[in-house]
Amino acid sequence: MKQTLKSFLRHPSGMLGLVILLAVIVLAASAPFFFPGDPWDTVAAPFTPPQTEGMLLGSDSLGRDIAAGIAHGTRVSLMIGVTSTLVALIIGVVVGSLSGYVGGRVGEWLMRFTELFQTIPAFMLCILLVAILEPSIRTVVVAIALVSWPQVARLTRGEFLALKEREFVLAARCQGESPLSLIVRYILPNALSPIIVAGSLSIASAILIESALSFMGLGDPNLMSWGFMIGAARTMLRQAWWMSFFPGIAILLTVLAINLVGEGLNDVLNPRISRQ
Amino acid sequence: MTTATNPAAPLLSIQGLSIVLPSSGDRNYAVDRLSLDIAENEIVCLVGESGSGKSMTAHAILGLLPPRVGIDKNSRILLDGTDLTGLTPPQMRKLRGERISMVFQEPMSALNPLQRIGAQVAEALQLHNAEHLGATAIEERCIAIIDAVGLPSPRQIVRSYPFQLSGGQRQRVMIAMALLNNPRLLLADEPTTALDVTTQRQILDLIQKVQAERKMGVLFITHDFGVVADIADRVVVMRHGRVVEEGTRDAILRNPQHEYTRALIAAVPGRQARSTARPAAQAEPLLKIEQLKKTFVSKAGLFAPPRTVVAADGIDLAIEEGETVSVVGESGSGKSTLGRMVMRLIEPDSGGITFAGKPVLGQDAAALRAYRRQVQIIFQDPFASLNPRQKVGDAIARGPMIYGTPRAEALKAAAALLDRVGLGASAIDRFPHEFSGGQRQRISIARALALKPRLLIADEAVSALDVSIQAQVLALLAELKAELNLTMMFITHDLRVAAEISNSVVVMQRGQIVERGAPGQLFSNPQHAYTRTLLAAMPGLDFFEHRLAA
Repeated sequence: MKQTLKSFLRHPSGMLGLVILLAVIVLAASAPFFFPGDPWDTVAAPFTPPQTEGMLLGSDSLGRDIAAGIAHGTRVSLMIGVTSTLVALIIGVVVGSLSGYVGGRVGEWLMRFTELFQTIPAFMLCILLVAILEPSIRTVVVAIALVSWPQVARLTRGEFLALKEREFVLAARCQGESPLSLIVRYILPNALSPIIVAGSLSIASAILIESALSFMGLGDPNLMSWGFMIGAARTMLRQAWWMSFFPGIAILLTVLAINLVGEGLNDVLNPRISRQ
Repeated sequence: MTTATNPAAPLLSIQGLSIVLPSSGDRNYAVDRLSLDIAENEIVCLVGESGSGKSMTAHAILGLLPPRVGIDKNSRILLDGTDLTGLTPPQMRKLRGERISMVFQEPMSALNPLQRIGAQVAEALQLHNAEHLGATAIEERCIAIIDAVGLPSPRQIVRSYPFQLSGGQRQRVMIAMALLNNPRLLLADEPTTALDVTTQRQILDLIQKVQAERKMGVLFITHDFGVVADIADRVVVMRHGRVVEEGTRDAILRNPQHEYTRALIAAVPGRQARSTARPAAQAEPLLKIEQLKKTFVSKAGLFAPPRTVVAADGIDLAIEEGETVSVVGESGSGKSTLGRMVMRLIEPDSGGITFAGKPVLGQDAAALRAYRRQVQIIFQDPFASLNPRQKVGDAIARGPMIYGTPRAEALKAAAALLDRVGLGASAIDRFPHEFSGGQRQRISIARALALKPRLLIADEAVSALDVSIQAQVLALLAELKAELNLTMMFITHDLRVAAEISNSVVVMQRGQIVERGAPGQLFSNPQHAYTRTLLAAMPGLDFFEHRLAA
């Protein structure tokens, strides 16, 4: 573990990602402190350009502070990204390890079930689910988790299939370990590295899906989010470029940072690369 | 075998070769001031354990050292008087495969899996096409060389993919590629270590034959003095990057000067039989296997018929309490499957297994756990058989803990066991990657013994180890067996190892037991033709024979 941390600290792009990500997290945590009011409140004249009238990043068509919107949107984006990925990881790891460990007919049927989700275009399914369940932060999380778990399941299954025939697992079976203990103590810890990497990348894609849903007006109507801000700005692209530009940069930086961290983790947790 | 050497004009002359390692390593030089000559028409064996720098030496000759590893500027490698260390990369490329060829250890990974054999062999010729041969001529040459290395139906082989050939056949292809341009010098880096005894014998014979025909110089790298005894003209013994002794084969084998050489020769298994006489047959053998059958069926494709492999074809075997039975056979003979069926890691198709009077097959989960407490297994690969994320102490203590021993007590017992297998109790808090192959195998033994089993199955438990480490682990097993009154089923492909450790040897071929007897009897008077083949294939038989006859 210490070794892993050390080699991550030496990974240049991974560290760059981590620094940006930490900055984003600090922004999210300090949003109520720097921007105490409601981000939906009108605080300036509409279409105030950036750096004028005390507006750091300008105001939108209703005079709302863009900077406050971005700061509060960070919380929504990160929260949805992390929660939906956690839910996806739980479903995916359980389905994948069952399918991989039990194998046989049960494993096959679990995989067919997984493929059912993979054959429907992910974003379409998301829109459909949110539209049916009516938009709220909870339904958005559920919808994103439901389209993200299949890849985790497939990955976990592959790792389990390879690991369960390894000699140390056989030796543990011969020692009398129960199946649950075999999975939890022996197979899962060795399968964890690629799952962690997939999870970190899945946070990034969850943030993108949430932004896209909000852009289409399917986000939680009570929460300020980056996607919503860009969606609201799209008709005013020529009059007020800053309305869509800054939230766009926020999405870009966050997703980039998470991807860099994910790739860094991949390099560090992959023993063949990190040993060099 | 030729001993004619002309020291005046050696083919290859290595003078003061030092290979510098990057500073982070545990020593500064992989090879330290090594000097060595190879004459034409001579086989020089470079012998040493893993890590002695013997492969590095071969790689240095061909300029194949890994990045950041360099040759010291005072080193000279002269081939026919030309210094190879001063060549430019294009000059080196011209040399490789034309005047110097190399055969690698791992035939499974040395060929491109996506290219037909013919194309791969032809490439070696096309790259050095000095005679400007046309496509047909090249193909004819390839077929001729494949025929020359003794592969059956060469015209079919050139159209095959590597996965369709066995390990021995692939190694023959590698040798064919190496010979294609009539090299003056052949470097063979443990070319038979990954092969079965019988295949090893064929490859050794082949190398000797082509060497004599072409009067090549051969640098043969090995860790096995049995192989040395069979093929070497001269021997160079290396340790920690330095030459400790060199001389003609007979001088080194019969009258080794350096203690390290003596230790290596002593480590060749089968030297002394540690075994005692078979215990008297009791009313009920500890393990009784009756008419055990298992056939593996794998789907080959949608329309192709399924492939079947018979791993057990009516096996009958009884093992008495306190006995050590070796199961010997080539890969694919079904010997590992037999061990795994006894462990119930693989379910047999039919037949019966009885342990201490109770049937083993068809037990419920609770009975199976009780059974596995009494029967433990040690696997072949020391790098795959320990959980990389589990501390050594936990790995050993888990077994007793499952059966209700408190953790503290189990860890204490684990420490004592680690001490007993020669690793020291402090190993308990370390992870497997901190140990070498031989040490890991000791950990596996401790793990198996933690449950105080009655029957210990060793599945090729020493096959992946260097000879000297192998000898230590075998000695440990023999001691523990006597101490704990263990019954052992020792699965191996090496008759020498079987002779050393067992009271009784069982020879398996294609899922059947073809012969069973005491090791002495089996060696002096083999009944079955297959046993005779295995015996004849043992490396160093002529030289070490007197050891086994006893």
